[in-house]
Amino acid sequence: MEVSVVKDILSANDQVAAANRSLLAARDVTAVNIMASPGAGKTSVIAATAERLPANLRPGVIEGDLASSIDTDALLARGIPAVQINTGGNCHLDAPMIRSALPRLPLDEIGVLFIENVGNLVCPAEFDLGAALAIVVASVPEGHDKPYKYPGMFAAADAVLLNKADLLAYFDFDLDYFRRGLAMVNPDAPLFLVSCRTSEGMAEWVNWLVNRCKVEAGS
Amino acid sequence: MHELSITEGILSIALGAAGGRRITAVNLVIGDLSSFVDDSVQFYFDMLSKGTLAESAALNFQRLPATATCSDCRVVFGVKAPLVPECPQCGSVHLAITGGRELRVESIEVDDGSLGS
Repeated sequence: MEVSVVKDILSANDQVAAANRSLLAARDVTAVNIMASPGAGKTSVIAATAERLPANLRPGVIEGDLASSIDTDALLARGIPAVQINTGGNCHLDAPMIRSALPRLPLDEIGVLFIENVGNLVCPAEFDLGAALAIVVASVPEGHDKPYKYPGMFAAADAVLLNKADLLAYFDFDLDYFRRGLAMVNPDAPLFLVSCRTSEGMAEWVNWLVNRCKVEAGS
Repeated sequence: MHELSITEGILSIALGAAGGRRITAVNLVIGDLSSFVDDSVQFYFDMLSKGTLAESAALNFQRLPATATCSDCRVVFGVKAPLVPECPQCGSVHLAITGGRELRVESIEVDDGSLGS
């Protein structure tokens, strides 16, 4: 006998994500899920963004990493509250991992909570964490074909950063081709060309983020 | 690698819907842009379902094609990653992905006679 089910396979994760989302909203925290390949500059983007936030939006970070705490140590050294989730080889963060990390952070002091996902352009896109915003960081050395090869990841983004934009002059990176690929999978996501090294584009991106934080906080 | 998490979800949903009956098959609907490998899910399912009412159940994958729609000539065509940058009919670069991200348990097949046994 066939029994109809019609249930999303990730519904258990999604329920925990929804609970995370309400908890964070109740504490006026805007969580930002940062996804990228290894080496695109997730930690650098978080640190450079955190430095430029207005005083009323204090940053916090959840670091997802396979095993090390190198990134967390770098953030703590800058005075940014950060907790580490070691995924033990898992290729992505999921909502229950975030649920268990939240009590370890001073949420009342945090305005923007950056969640640095595991470096991977495939798996993290499938798992809702309960963040208000999803940001994909691509970088110039990775090449201009990424939106075509990883459509699921780019489709999940609320905004895309193209980091290491100062290298555009040195790489055969077809920016127009990249833009068209992004527009095909995600016509609504704004693209910010940034460089953590030279600071170009950072002000525009941070301004967008701050405005989105105001929208999420309903003020 | 996240096939393990996906498979845990499939097993949990199937057992929840079975109401104590033995499960003989699980019917899945998977869009082609959902990034995982059928064989790998089957492998994990066989492992995780041992000793449960879903042990030895068959997994049936109904793959739905990913599609893109041309914003200019409106043609709908099948795609897979890596995506094509231009409409195959009119050459437009204004394309939108319009299908292929499905990921759900559609139904299960249960053995009616097994309840309470």
